[in-house]
Amino acid sequence: MSIDLILFLILSAVAVATALGMLLSKNAVYSALFLVLNFATIAVFYLLLGAPFIAISQVTVYAGAIMVLFLFVIMLLGAETLAPSKVLRGQGLAAFILAVVLVAETVYLLLFRHAAVGAIARPDAALNELPALQKIGEALFTSYLLPFEITSILLLVAMVGAIVLTKQEKGGQK
Amino acid sequence: MVDISYYILLSAVLFTIGAAGVLVRRNPLIIFMSVELMLNAANLAFVAFASMHNSLDGQIFVFFVMTVAAAEVAVGLALIVQIFKSRHSINVDEMNSLKG
Repeated sequence: MSIDLILFLILSAVAVATALGMLLSKNAVYSALFLVLNFATIAVFYLLLGAPFIAISQVTVYAGAIMVLFLFVIMLLGAETLAPSKVLRGQGLAAFILAVVLVAETVYLLLFRHAAVGAIARPDAALNELPALQKIGEALFTSYLLPFEITSILLLVAMVGAIVLTKQEKGGQK
Repeated sequence: MVDISYYILLSAVLFTIGAAGVLVRRNPLIIFMSVELMLNAANLAFVAFASMHNSLDGQIFVFFVMTVAAAEVAVGLALIVQIFKSRHSINVDEMNSLKG
């Protein structure tokens, strides 16, 4: 077993365990913290795959910004735990069975039906140097310029939307 | 030298856990977190394939997915806060009327 494979197995065990912890913990704050750990693990995977820019974006955008927003809202609403409701009976069981079917299907397809695919070579150290990052920037501003600009408009719309949705109406009806 | 199918398998497992979270949990905040987990699983597959083909396009797609996820979370959490203000509950089973 190569050192890469050992590292991969340890990290994937952590990733799956934290994802399950997110799914199973009763308290939403614990779920959010498990998810932060999961995102950090995936950032390490990105580093292993030779994508340092994406790894840093993952830590700052996901683990930094998005999960802090989640924690803010959880604590603001006091929605750490919800009383179990009995509106739709048997839904939990049906959902569990469907999830197991989905796992079985994906594992079957990936293990027994996948075409021959190659191995990922160990990324060379040059990927962590400045020229690789320059290439990403060049691609963003040349061949992907239109999606990049649309992204900025999307972020603006989301910002305006969030403000409009949570704005307090002064007087008048809600 | 990790085989790429390991990465795809891990991505599929994470995606399935996220899908199970959307199906099983009744707290919309945790449903949102599960959606984020599924987006991350897709991102992992993107980066793995980009690394295999030695191209940057997959990484740029991941960058776009991240921005879309950030926008989606901002609007979604604002909606949850509004629903909580009008209904005093955020259990998705109790969301059975369109008019608050």
